[in-house]
Amino acid sequence: MFTIDWSVFTPYSALAGGALIGAAAGALALGGGKIAGISGILGGSLSDALAARRPASWRLSFLVGVLAASVLWALSIPLPGAQFEAPWGLLLVGGLLVGVGARLSSGCASGHGVCGLARLSRRSLAAVATFLSTGIVTAVSVHALLY
Amino acid sequence: MNKLAFFSGLLFGLGVLLSGMTNPDKVLGFLNIAGAWDPSLLLVLVTAVVVAFVPMQLAQRRSKALLGEPIAFPDTRSITSRLLLGSAVFGIGWGMTGLCPGPSLASLASLHAPQWLFFASMMAGMAGFELWQRAAAKSSQTAPLQTNRKAAPLTAKP
Repeated sequence: MFTIDWSVFTPYSALAGGALIGAAAGALALGGGKIAGISGILGGSLSDALAARRPASWRLSFLVGVLAASVLWALSIPLPGAQFEAPWGLLLVGGLLVGVGARLSSGCASGHGVCGLARLSRRSLAAVATFLSTGIVTAVSVHALLY
Repeated sequence: MNKLAFFSGLLFGLGVLLSGMTNPDKVLGFLNIAGAWDPSLLLVLVTAVVVAFVPMQLAQRRSKALLGEPIAFPDTRSITSRLLLGSAVFGIGWGMTGLCPGPSLASLASLHAPQWLFFASMMAGMAGFELWQRAAAKSSQTAPLQTNRKAAPLTAKP
């Protein structure tokens, strides 16, 4: 437990990627007064659409930006998540739980994890501590049961 | 505002892709502490928080953002049962798959079926939650005994 596997640990790209994520969140907050929480941006737009309201244009712009980044990336090199395999039942149930859980808790890794912690929000700290705990227990269990 | 949001999304997407967090194996490599441990996610999170810290703290103290939008960030204090239950459920789904909203969105361009299945299920979960919320709100409106009492959070507000 906790013995680092140096063959998979990628410190430099983790640092660089994390810095970009932080910069994006900071810019949106200070520049635009909005929280860069994907579940809120995605879920909020979905809620608007379901109520036949026009989603906030800043949210749509943000989502288009993310999609643009991924398309630009994919044009040059394969996306990191383009190879993985998993039982479809796991993806189906897991996806549902992530969707429900994120909306119920009003946030996810970007909303609570990055923005909330940077705000020193104890609400987000509670959220992060909780989802990290259940995430770890679940991952260990699923791995032990399936592999 | 929309230009800023677009560039923020672009930067965010690049960051998520570069960090490796769109690869579920790296996320599960972190969460599965019993296996060969990959601390990359921890480094990503800590770095992101550190970089976002100063702008976030500055923004919290302002009433208007630099572009003029009013700042009305969510509450930071009340820890409710919804928050805890929702986070727990989110974590279970996350631990099952190694995927969550941001990386999922940024992986759609892979056209990889497992990614699309997760994204569709996640959206279905979000939609289901929204519809359930609306149904719950409607039924409380038609309840015979109507009170305006809001559910109290677990901790007292300041």
